Amino acid sequence: MTEKCEITLTINGCAHTIRVDPRRTLVDAIRDDCGQTGTHIGCEHGVCGACTVLLDGEPVRSCLMFAVQAEDRQIRTVEGLANGDELHPLQQAFIDHHGLQCGFCTPGFLMLAAGVLERDPNISDDDLLDLLASNLCRCTGYQNIIKAVRAAATQMGAR
Amino acid sequence: MTSGNNKWIGQSVARLEDPPLVQGRGRYVGDISFPHQLHMRVVRSNHAHGTITAIDTTAARGLPGVIAVWTAADIADVPPIDFREGRIPTLEPYRQPVLARDKVRYVGEPVAAVFADDPYIAEDAADLVTAEISELPALLVADAEPGEFADDRNTEVSVIRQGYGNVDAALAAAPIVVELELAIGRHSGVPLEARGAIGRYDFSRDILELHGAAKVPHRNRDLLARMLNLPPSAIHVHESHVGGGFGIRGELYPEDMLVCVAAMRLRHPVKWLEDRREHLVAANHSRQQLHRIRAAIDDEGRILAIDDRYFHDQGAYVRTHAARVVHMTAGILPGPYRVPAYRAVGHFRLTNKTPAATYRAPGRYETTFVRERLIDAIATRLGVDGNEIRRRNAIGPEEMPYHRPLEALGEEIEYDSGDYIGLLDRLLTTLEWTKLKADLARRRAAGEAVGAGFAMFVEKSGLGPADGVRVEVDTTGAVELVTGGASLGQGFETVMAQVCAEAIGVDYRQVRVTHGQTDRIAFGIGAHASRATVMTASATHHGALNLRAKAIDVAAELLQAPREALDIIDGKVVRKDQPAGASISLGAIAEHLAPTSKILGDREPGLSAEGWFRVAHQVYPYGIHFAVVKVDRETGSTHVERYVIAYDIGRAINPALVKGQIVGGFAQGLGGALLEEFSYNERGDPLATTFADYLMPTARETPDVAVILREDHQTPLNPLGIKGAGESGITGVGAAIASAIDDALGMPGAITQLPITPQRVKEVLNGRRT
Repeated sequence: MTEKCEITLTINGCAHTIRVDPRRTLVDAIRDDCGQTGTHIGCEHGVCGACTVLLDGEPVRSCLMFAVQAEDRQIRTVEGLANGDELHPLQQAFIDHHGLQCGFCTPGFLMLAAGVLERDPNISDDDLLDLLASNLCRCTGYQNIIKAVRAAATQMGAR
Repeated sequence: MTSGNNKWIGQSVARLEDPPLVQGRGRYVGDISFPHQLHMRVVRSNHAHGTITAIDTTAARGLPGVIAVWTAADIADVPPIDFREGRIPTLEPYRQPVLARDKVRYVGEPVAAVFADDPYIAEDAADLVTAEISELPALLVADAEPGEFADDRNTEVSVIRQGYGNVDAALAAAPIVVELELAIGRHSGVPLEARGAIGRYDFSRDILELHGAAKVPHRNRDLLARMLNLPPSAIHVHESHVGGGFGIRGELYPEDMLVCVAAMRLRHPVKWLEDRREHLVAANHSRQQLHRIRAAIDDEGRILAIDDRYFHDQGAYVRTHAARVVHMTAGILPGPYRVPAYRAVGHFRLTNKTPAATYRAPGRYETTFVRERLIDAIATRLGVDGNEIRRRNAIGPEEMPYHRPLEALGEEIEYDSGDYIGLLDRLLTTLEWTKLKADLARRRAAGEAVGAGFAMFVEKSGLGPADGVRVEVDTTGAVELVTGGASLGQGFETVMAQVCAEAIGVDYRQVRVTHGQTDRIAFGIGAHASRATVMTASATHHGALNLRAKAIDVAAELLQAPREALDIIDGKVVRKDQPAGASISLGAIAEHLAPTSKILGDREPGLSAEGWFRVAHQVYPYGIHFAVVKVDRETGSTHVERYVIAYDIGRAINPALVKGQIVGGFAQGLGGALLEEFSYNERGDPLATTFADYLMPTARETPDVAVILREDHQTPLNPLGIKGAGESGITGVGAAIASAIDDALGMPGAITQLPITPQRVKEVLNGRRT
């Protein structure tokens, strides 16, 4: 067996020093080694997007990265979206527009949208649809997710 | 009825479920861990059919961190997975063993199980297990000659027959007979969370726990008890958050048995999480049927008889549902139409594919495609509009309740209420159909391949026979509603809280809804067959009214007022004529009902009550789907431009959640209509084992859906008049889109098979039938 390596993952501003196999995926490290289970695993091959997190602000599939590749990077997960008790506009919009049912894909959609909207809240409707088409949801039929993200974008753009 | 405020039922209030879920604080089975747990990895067959000659586990056992490796021989005393409804001797030989014995019968069948202290090690070790399989020919087509299953049994498990009237005479005498062959593809629910299970045996209390259960926790407890020869009270089944169910999640599978047996024998908690490839070959498939249907009709297009012979592709084994889908198919095929004589013969056949069972609207998605294709074919034959054929054959409101001597889910069918053509007229008005039809004709004349299609159906919901709840108020006034229901993400907690809160007279946010915990309530039938709102809400309504009566009885004594003068508003009992006057809170009443209370008198201690609801028949909501599609003649791809669903739900507790159910169901139906298919090569190797091959609709493919939600015909069968909603969005999608594609191509009857992939459309366009 290869030696485990000691790495430090910075998740939502918190440093987690862990010992992992070099082959350990980032999502497994986030969930099982750092205890942040809000990031979900839906397909383990980068299609469904349930495991989307922000890496230095960019949405990435954490199932397609090794944990060791994320050292010295800023990882942001769904647990880090809210500001204390104040929900992120996206979180509130998902509640207001019934943008979730089982909630399993929700963290991935939230992080995907957060990564893009925080940079460009004025994204066009068509680009937004392209963006949201990169993750899968099996419950909602997407309409309410799209409505929620648009509503949040409007609010974030107005800030 | 309650005299309290009608504040919650009918309101699209915010979901109680959402705050933890949007913050990553949900608790799905993968999020649950126990100290010193082991991780299980299942070794699966790579062969569709073959005899097991040897399984070598030596190398796997030698890997550091591996605790045990089991094959069938290690658990020879564990029976095959049994049927949920109890013993069915004729089907028993076809049950699936927990680990394959002697033979493997589909790619993905569990052959061995590895237990290790780390999930990566378990997966490494599983790769080291080698199974020698002597290959046998794979049977992959249900309408082919049956093959050998074992010994003296072949792969035709049984032949289902339902019907009435003289079909042969009607066919012989009818001026017109329309005949079709129609196929529905193999697809399934595919929730975004794959399955998972944790078995834990608590030696100190002699309790076996199964975590990660869903859908039918109490039924699964009873089934486990039967299979493990334990009393049900020694097994606690716990539901956590569930990442989608759709009928397939929450059935008892071999992996659930394995973690339970391993937890008891290895004396460690055992956790198993399925990966996506496993899910696509191991969790229940569904839908695949081939129908050869004939209808005798008169010169006006009135149906005189239907004769359907169908082949149900069950896959390799008969699982927990037994013959449920194949049997129900025969019972519900006639749908909203009068059919004077009817015969359905269903061949229940095994093939070397993943076993099949229920998926959202089981039997209805399939039969609605078949029946509505038949209506279109009759219309084409007579040169009459399809909706005119529907008018001539639909059961009228004056015929309700409408009894039909067929069965679905063990009950004789009796449509409770409805006006099918009334709903069609409402839909046509909303669509401005005459104008829209002319627009589409103009666009077709200009060269566009656009068209429209309808599908009318009767749903079934609210499977009984009984459900019960317990409602309790503690001394702070907090309400707990304990149910044996289950939540698969549909908003169960919110809806039950609304019903409970309205009947008692509290804020719905004051109600904690407990579900899926078999140690909290003795009885429960979970969430399936669109039954949760109908059955559990009706029981909740009764339970909450009983609690309300008890609270008012005590308050009458404390406030020195007649009971009739009192009301409960916002958790306080007040005089109706002086709502701002003296009051007593429910919490205070709970204190007065303590076992030691001086005013208890003859009353049972505690501010609590039970509520039961029993019903003899299911309720039958109904709806119509409408699609406008545009086909790209070059690529064969279909784009859904517009989709409308009209549905009469009787009464919507939470309209936003109902619409969410309908729209979400639609998206799944769209997948089954255009994209999703578990295909196999000639050796029985599955070709759709990743999300790159098993294509589900994304936000790009899924159009906006307009929902016309009607509450015109409340059912008389329950106190709130409600009908189920969970399956209505999916039922008609395959049928409506097929009809619309026919129309777009100007080729009536061209579409005979689902899913309608671009390849199949190209075949149709190139003159080869699919």
